[in-house]
Order: sequence, then structure tokens, then C-alpha cells
Amino acid sequence: MRWLGALLLLALPVGGPAQTVTIGSKNFTENVILGELLRQLLVDAGMEARHQAALGGTRLVFNALAAGEIDAYVEYSGTLAREIFAAEAPASDTALSELLAARGIVLAGPLGFENNYALGMREPRAAELDIRKISDLRRHPDLVFRFGNEFMERADGWPGLRAAYGLPQTDVQGIDHDLAYRALAAGDADLTDLYTTDAEIEYYGLRSLVDDRQYFPRYAAVLLYRRDLAARQPAAVTALQSILGRLDETTVRRMNAAVKIAGRSEAEVAADFLHGPGRTGLAVPGLWQRVAQRSAEHLLLVAVSLTAAVLIALPLGIVAARRPRLGQFVLGLTGIAQTVPALALLVVMVPLFGIGAGPALVALFLYALLPIVRNTHAGLSGIDPAVRESALALGLPDAYRLRRIELPLALPTILAGIKTAAVINVGGATLGALVGAGGYGQPILAGIRLDDTGLILEGALPAAGLALAVQWAFDAAERRCLPPGLRRRSGARSPGRGTS
Amino acid sequence: MIRIDGVSKCYGDTVALDGLSLDIDAGGTTVLIGPSGCGKSTLLRCLLGLVQAERGEICFGGRRLQDHDLLTLRRRIGYVVQQGGLFPHLDARSNVTLVAAWLGWSSERIAARLDELLALTRLPAAAMVRFPAELSGGQQQRVSLMRALMLDPDYLLLDEPLGALDPMIRHDLQIELRDIFGRLGKTVVLVTHDLHEAAWLADRIVLMRAGRVVQQGRLDELIRAPAEPFVEAFIRAQRSPLDSLAEPH
Repeated sequence: MRWLGALLLLALPVGGPAQTVTIGSKNFTENVILGELLRQLLVDAGMEARHQAALGGTRLVFNALAAGEIDAYVEYSGTLAREIFAAEAPASDTALSELLAARGIVLAGPLGFENNYALGMREPRAAELDIRKISDLRRHPDLVFRFGNEFMERADGWPGLRAAYGLPQTDVQGIDHDLAYRALAAGDADLTDLYTTDAEIEYYGLRSLVDDRQYFPRYAAVLLYRRDLAARQPAAVTALQSILGRLDETTVRRMNAAVKIAGRSEAEVAADFLHGPGRTGLAVPGLWQRVAQRSAEHLLLVAVSLTAAVLIALPLGIVAARRPRLGQFVLGLTGIAQTVPALALLVVMVPLFGIGAGPALVALFLYALLPIVRNTHAGLSGIDPAVRESALALGLPDAYRLRRIELPLALPTILAGIKTAAVINVGGATLGALVGAGGYGQPILAGIRLDDTGLILEGALPAAGLALAVQWAFDAAERRCLPPGLRRRSGARSPGRGTS
Repeated sequence: MIRIDGVSKCYGDTVALDGLSLDIDAGGTTVLIGPSGCGKSTLLRCLLGLVQAERGEICFGGRRLQDHDLLTLRRRIGYVVQQGGLFPHLDARSNVTLVAAWLGWSSERIAARLDELLALTRLPAAAMVRFPAELSGGQQQRVSLMRALMLDPDYLLLDEPLGALDPMIRHDLQIELRDIFGRLGKTVVLVTHDLHEAAWLADRIVLMRAGRVVQQGRLDELIRAPAEPFVEAFIRAQRSPLDSLAEPH
């Protein structure tokens, strides 16, 4: 059990400086670049700043701001009015500012560009069907629509658009926005939603359809920050406000293209804008440095959640084996946690534990419970009744019997359960990047976003390697922990034969 | 002595013990015998408190079982089961000395007691460092007997201790067991379904059926004056065909 101690050491919390300003961004490239811009403005002004890149969709990032998980991010006016405050329906910018102020959030002002929604088709396909305006789509009910997941769900997205234009199409599905472009290019889909600053419009040769009923609102990029930031770090607010009015649509489209098509990093592109090209002065971490940092984050997620799960699941499994009625209940309860999809579990944890490692740890912990509880229960229940009865008949107290007889005999099964939980967690922890927990999931998600296979592999290969290493380490531990009397069983003579 | 008074135990719809009463005298060997399912093993488990009787009373030395401290009482009772019930992850020595070590016996005292028991069971000292899986069936039962006798208990309960052994080894061990019981002078209760073994080892045979005592006494009493036709049938069924083949015609 020595390795358990090692795990506990790994589980010690890591703290960060208290005065760090945290910037957030939504999970699409433009917003990540803008988040990086904000971070670098703060760093240039001599402050500690952190960027929780590509945290999630609008709701998640806005809630993170409202909850104080992040201090600032860039939002779009149309999204605020139509999505966040859809119920209140603010009629003017003043009304919107007041709604935000009531939540302790300051609307600092526009960055200078708009990123409006539009619908796009590949040029040849649109020409073939003679589609120029959105209302032309009504003539072609068999078209295949693939929208970004967020557009699919938002009140001001597909549901509102369909109602406003009376669109008849039925083959309509949500898909990752970046994958939607590829589906279009491959001919698997006819139409998707676009952002007007998207680099892909040019790259994929898309025709942007005319919004002839003026359905889409205007989405001006605006800076939001928490009011208490002005009190905590007045200099931060000054630095952030310096970006207002400085970005036009062409600049932003070029920055998007630099990341998505030229394959440069968001940090480099943001630095180029602030300092001029080539004079980034920015140390981009090397491959091994990146992998090492993500390995540390990933291992921490797995180690902490697994240690907590072992500490809770082992006693639960013992209780379950000792009291069969209660055991059924305990096994059922941990089984329920297992049936919740990982993604859903993560998102449910966000309002409870904020963003970052917290929700990921809780979700991984819940996932790790079942295999350990079940195997502890199975290991203890599977002990030969003659052996169990002999131990009882010796008149040894309960705790001593458990420690000297039952747990050692159940150990191989219990270890197998912990191994299963560990391997599940190594895979599950990659989803942690969705809520800003870091780890190998970060390059995987960024790679999907940027259509960069190299980046995907940068996360996927170490994750697979770690899973194999964990498996191997547990196999080795199993061999070492196995009581010697159980090791030689295969070569032993069967009882009842041989000489006395 | 052990007094069993009107003890009943059911498993679901199956009656294992049906108001059974029996006195077991101190210092002798009592053998419980009967067809499978007659409740003889259940009775042994009741004596150890491994199984709780639904009705009736069990008294050890005049005190009711539930008035004893169960752990203390169990340490005054040695228990041997059919498969030995040895702890597979502990070597033979640890199996035998586990309880004494927990009780805090000195190593000299433990070593001295081990020597006595090795002599009694005629096991070579080398067997003590082996794991159960490395011992033969007969050796396993000897180790199991040593474990049961380690604390020098007042009572010794054995549940089919030779049931899993092959006939030759079984025969040798029967002879040794009788010798050991005779030397120890403890109150021994042994369960078997083999009438020859019972006749060989018992001071008194208790024949059971369907959770009740049918008849008790020495084998010749059971043969001469069977209490009911079942006793006769049980004895006849266990007569070896070899006996009748060997008899002159």
C-alpha cells in the first residue's frame, strides 16, 4: 500500500498568487485571441494575469464572470440582449448596462468590430440552386443544415430563425462549429451558420446569404469586467480599456486567419497586434515544456480524484459486503453516478464548484467510486466461506479479522478495481479541459477547433501513454502486493491429494 | 458440559434444527452422525454462535451462550472444518499462531506451544514455513487441528475433518485422531456421515435426522436396540459390502 502514500503526497493542493487577474474566453478562436489580447495587455502593464482559454459556451463563461471565477472577457452585444437577457429583452444599450450592473458587471464599451451571424453555403452549390437570400431556402426543403451547437440551442439561433422565415428543412443537426465547415467542404452538409469575421468564409469559398428580413441582430464585440476589479486592481481596468475601439473587422478576420489557416498560436497573433509583427518578445513554450505542464495537470486531476475515491469507496465497499441490504443501496447509488454521461456530469458540477479543476475533480471522483466499491464488495464477498467461518470461530475481533484476513485475501480484486478506476480517470480527465481544468484535453480541444492534427496528437498520444503506464504500474503493484501464499497457487498440489 | 435445549433453526422453508435437545458430557468424544441435511453441521455452528438459533437455549458450563462474551467463548473452543479453512495468504505457522500473537503471548511461549502441537500432530517443523497451498490435504488438516488447539481450549469441534481426504490417509488420521482425543481428554464434538469413523472415534454416537436426535448411545446399542426403523436402515446402508463378501457362506 506504499503507493497510496505517494498518491496522497501528489494530492497536496497547489496555490497561485492572490492578485492574479483572470481572463476568460468562449470556445471559438476569435474569442480565444481576444482573451489572449486582454491577458497580454495586463502583463504588459506589469500585472499577473491568467487566461482560462476556451472555457465553454456563452452561458458557462458569463456565469463564470458573474460568479467571480474570471474577471473579464469579450462578449457580443446581440448575445447579451437575445441570449443572456432574453427574458428581460433590454431595448437599449443603457437598459443592458443596467441589467449587467445589477449583477456586478461593467459593460466597458465596444472593441470596434461586429461579428454578426450569417448563413453560408459553398458558392457552387448556392449558384446551382440559385440561392441568394435566406428566404430562398424555403424552396429547397431537402437541404442538409449543420449548425454550431450553440447556434442550434440559442433562442436567437436556429429556433428563432426557423420561425421568422418559416424554414421547412428537417435534416438539421448541431455539430461543433469548426467541424461544420469541414462537413460543408466534404459535401456532407449544404449550409451552416457563419460569423462574419470567420477566416473560413474566404478559405472555403462560401456564399453568405442575404438576411432579407433583418432577422439577425448586430453583434458588436464588447468588453465586460467585474465591478469589483476596479476596486481590487484599478490599473487592470485602465489597461483593459485601452483596447476599446482599436479593432476593426478586417484586423480581426486577419487575426482569425493567422490562427486557423496559417496555424499560428493565439498568443503570437495577439502579441503581433500589440507589438507589431516579429517583435513578439514572447517566449512560446516548447513542445516538451507544454507536454510536461499538461502531464502535471493531468496527473494531478487523476491522482487527487483517485485518492479521494479510494478513501471513500474502500469503507463503502466494506460496509456493502458486511451488510447486504445496505450494500445493494450503496452499489445502486454509485451505479447511478456512473450512468450520468461524463459531459453532463461535468457541466452540472460547474455551478456548484466553479470552473477549473474543481468540477473535473468531483466528476472524476464520482466516476472512480463504482469500480472500487464494486470490487471491494466482490473481493470480500468472494472469500471462501470455510476461511471466513474459521476466522470467525477463532474469536478474533472484527477489525483485526478485516485487517489480517479479509482485506489481504480481497486485495487482488480491490487493486483491480482501483486500476479500472485509474484508467477510466486518465481518459475522463481529458474532458476536464472543457471546464478549464487543463490537462491533455486542452491540446485535443484546441486541435479540433483549429483543425490541427498535430495538436490533437500532442494531447492524445501522452493520454494514451499515461493510460498504459497506469495500467502497467498497477499490474506491477498487484504482483508485489499479492500475498505470497496466493502467488504460488497455480503450481501447488490440489488439497486432498498427496501424502500426509 | 454443553446443554442444548429445544433449539430450532430454519433456512427459509427448510428446517435445519427442529426443537433439538442434547446434553454433551465433558471430557468425552461425542460424534454427530446422520444423512446430509440432518442439521449436524448447523448444530455445530450454533454452538459457536456462527448461527443464531431461533428458539431454544444453549448453555456452556451452566451459563447461556448469549450471556458469554462470544469472542472469549470462541477462544475456549477449537474448530476444524472439512477443507481445513486455513488462511491461504499466511504460512502454516502464522495460521496456527495468529490468535496467540493477537493475545500478546511471548515468542517463547508461542514456540513452546508450537513444539508440543507439532509432536502431538506428528508434523515436521519444516511444514510450518509452508503456505497452505504447498501442503498436502492431510498436512492441511493437521495444521488446522494445531490452530484449533493452540490456545489449549476446553472444547474441540470438528466438522467432517477427514471428509475431503482419500481413504488411506483418512484411515491413518482416524487412528491418530483417536489417540490425540484420548491424550487430550477434552470435550470433543465431531460431525461425520461415516458410521465406521463414528464407531472408531466416539464414546457416544448421536444419530440425527431432519433436525432431531433419533437415538444416542454406543454403536452396539444402536445395532442391538434400534429406536426406530430409520436407525436400522441407516446402519444397514453403511455396512461395507466387503464385510458380507468376506463372511464365510
